[in-house]
Amino acid sequence: MLEADLLVLGAGPAGMAAARTAADAGLSVLLLDEQARSGGQIYRSVGSVPEGRAQILGSDYTKGKALTEELDHPMIRHLSGATAWQIEKGPRVSFTRDGAASAAKARRLLIATGALERPMPVPGWTLPGVMTAGAAQILLKQSGLMCERAVLAGSGPLLYLVAAQMYRAGTPPLALVETQTFADRRAALRHLSGALRSWRLLAKGLGLLAEIRKAGVPRYTGASAIAIEGKAQAETISFTSGGKRHRLECATVLLHHGVVPNTQAARSIDVPHHWNEDQHCFVPEKDGWGRTQLPDVFIAGDGAGIGGATAAQLQGRLAALEIACDLGKTTPADRDRDATPLNRQLETEMAARPFIDRAYPPFREALLPADDTIVCRCEEVTAGDIRRYAGLGCLGPNQTKAFGRPGMGPCQGRYCGLTVTNLLADESGRSQDDTGYYRIRPPLKPVTLGELAAMTDLETDEQEPVT
Amino acid sequence: MESDYAIIGGGVVGLSVAWGLLQRGRSVTVLDGDDGSFRASRGNFGLVWVQSKGMKQPAYARWSQRSAAAWADFAASLREATGFDAALEQKGGYDLHFSDETLAETVAQYEILKAKLGGDYPYEILGHNELRREEPEVGPKVAGAILHHQDGHANPLKLLRGLAAGVRGNGGTVLNGKTVDTVTRESSFRINCSDGTVVEANKLVLAAGLGSAALGPKLGFKAPIRPQRGQVLITEKLPRILNRPSLIARQVDEGGIQIGATNEEVGFNDKVTAKGLAGLAAEAIAAYPILAKAQLVRSWGALRVLSPDGLPIYQESPEMPGAFLVTCHSGITLAAAHASFLPDWLEKTNTAPDLEVFSEDRFALS
Amino acid sequence: MKTASPFRELEQSAGRVRVRFAGKDLMLRDGGNLAAELLAAGVRSFRQTPVSGAERGPFCMMGACFDCLVEINGITRQACMCEVSAGMNIGMPGTGGDGDA
Repeated sequence: MLEADLLVLGAGPAGMAAARTAADAGLSVLLLDEQARSGGQIYRSVGSVPEGRAQILGSDYTKGKALTEELDHPMIRHLSGATAWQIEKGPRVSFTRDGAASAAKARRLLIATGALERPMPVPGWTLPGVMTAGAAQILLKQSGLMCERAVLAGSGPLLYLVAAQMYRAGTPPLALVETQTFADRRAALRHLSGALRSWRLLAKGLGLLAEIRKAGVPRYTGASAIAIEGKAQAETISFTSGGKRHRLECATVLLHHGVVPNTQAARSIDVPHHWNEDQHCFVPEKDGWGRTQLPDVFIAGDGAGIGGATAAQLQGRLAALEIACDLGKTTPADRDRDATPLNRQLETEMAARPFIDRAYPPFREALLPADDTIVCRCEEVTAGDIRRYAGLGCLGPNQTKAFGRPGMGPCQGRYCGLTVTNLLADESGRSQDDTGYYRIRPPLKPVTLGELAAMTDLETDEQEPVT
Repeated sequence: MESDYAIIGGGVVGLSVAWGLLQRGRSVTVLDGDDGSFRASRGNFGLVWVQSKGMKQPAYARWSQRSAAAWADFAASLREATGFDAALEQKGGYDLHFSDETLAETVAQYEILKAKLGGDYPYEILGHNELRREEPEVGPKVAGAILHHQDGHANPLKLLRGLAAGVRGNGGTVLNGKTVDTVTRESSFRINCSDGTVVEANKLVLAAGLGSAALGPKLGFKAPIRPQRGQVLITEKLPRILNRPSLIARQVDEGGIQIGATNEEVGFNDKVTAKGLAGLAAEAIAAYPILAKAQLVRSWGALRVLSPDGLPIYQESPEMPGAFLVTCHSGITLAAAHASFLPDWLEKTNTAPDLEVFSEDRFALS
Repeated sequence: MKTASPFRELEQSAGRVRVRFAGKDLMLRDGGNLAAELLAAGVRSFRQTPVSGAERGPFCMMGACFDCLVEINGITRQACMCEVSAGMNIGMPGTGGDGDA
């Protein structure tokens, strides 16, 4: 069994920054990441993109390369292609790598598994050819693939970024179907002063909008009643905008209405979460250092609450400083001294969040979809089914599993949990906190029985320090 | 408004009894707990099982047999009333053995039980090759199996769904999210819940699983119930590879292979452990080697509701006549008996089953 | 032979290898992301759901949605978490074999 001072789950900006800061403080670090290369989602393949792709993606992306290079440190052992499937007290993590199951123990655990796109259930969203905007980014970053004849739909700055990148690559989207309304924009203005503190971020956003305008990409705003249709794949997207019904032919639909913390790992060890109404998602309970109510477990990055890549890095470093102090490698005074500039930067990074959250709220109809719409993709359970279970006395998501199997498929509720909680809360008139969320249990990711059975030898394995 | 019966506990046991009482024209109110409660009804293995039960108490074997025999009609009446199919399959089930010795030992015990049951215990011994003909995927380590023809399995979640719909559809009232604080008795039972809800009923059935341990003594029961954890695995959906269920693994109607279970005394702890999962996986692969490549997609721990001897408890309260304790760890197998025969015992009709061996008298005061 | 695909490759790259998908031969970029390469080769549906037989393809591309499941050497895997290698035999999940259609 591998042993380290600090075990970091996830090699995105938070995980990478934390690993380096911890290593610099003299801690041994084991960094587990399921991807083949470090970078997480936002910096996917940043270490290996060809020049042309890098130009399209822009400097916000390419600057992530430096972070990946920070992992080159004798105190950091980075295991790529390692899929964690169980976390236990210890902390101890079971994972699979190269078809073999293994375990690692540490004195502290940092969960840096990032975010997921908020599920956006609209009619037809399960058809082949419908993907998330993030998926389009990954196709571009990792494989240099552009989506031709694509329509972007939903709300949030990522839509504009993807649209601009597609235009730069010579395959502009057919259209932007935006659910943001005039009322949303007006409500956001109240938070403009906060946003102005992150003026660079705002300027980038305005720049993207200008680029899209120059590209001549048609924009439909205040969109509602979005539906995707096709026989065996996405062929058209219909929606209402400007009082008219539109129907666009397309080959690909890219959906996005915000990102939410990926809470699977934290929930699997019963880290308490609470509902954040502004971000319309559950976030873990933690202190300013990222320590959860489980004293050995920390969370940093978008998994702690959406803030973006720079904020994630800062949080990763802050967590590492506190962990180093915990383990006697720095004094509280030195920790505080190093943390002060990080906290100041973090405050600036987060200053624009209220504005972004108000300006780009989730698409209302996708939060509480119509009865016919599938909400659990894996088990094909509809919103109407969930409403029916509520009528049969289902108070929370765990009871729905007994009624219709939502959350019981391979994705373990990643793409239906929030929707099911919202629907049940709405039906019962209770808050999302009172309604609760799926109980998450191992395996976090599938593991074969053969890999699992081989673990019976692990109890007698010798301890192997990672560095 | 007063019901004939209040049933504390809306799991399979409580709802089966409720369904049976409603069929007899009684009015029923069921009080069920909240979303986070330990619910054996959601975590069990789904077997409708006769073999290995009542080895020390033939009456329990007999009770299980009666229930298994009544299950098809019970499922049919539920399906007819609600449209929900509990997916019952009764083609027999296996007790797999990895050594000839343990197989022979078990057979010897079965023969003794069979004699006590007047010969009504239809089982066969299958050697490895015969077993392979029935179950092509069984592995070389399996020495043989006992195939008992009265065994089977069902889908416990569909059963639960059917019961929930059936009880409501037949005029039963189901109150969810209720925690019972106190129960008083004047002319009728008054059940006071923590949120202020009050339910009045002529008679009361306590079927709250592990919750009965705390509430039972308040009603005059001993309720010596303890939790015992069972960890269970379930794989991705697979093409049909297992024909009959066994205590190690069964293929559920939706296609996944369900593997279980541990028997751990860990208190009110329903977590799963890497060690537990690994052990179960190893056993499953020893029985069916093809499962080595199957992906585990879900696991859970559930708490069995166990009496000291593992047998059900059916007891009328000596202090509060009209209050009954109904508890068992085989709520799926006994669902049919609880729906079809137990109401006669509650109503004290002349076809009431003799359940004296299941009373609390058998638990000596310590 | 490449089927028409709504995905365009930004860069030409050499190094294609032969793989078999659902009974058809495809030439995919060696070492590429399997889900991406299948999409680029014009494959739109990777599997049919066990519940209703509905067609599904990649959705999240980050190993979270499990819609891109394929079967490789008898084991169900997410295509977006696999790399292309020569001679790969890829089938629809749950077909119990290499998935010759």
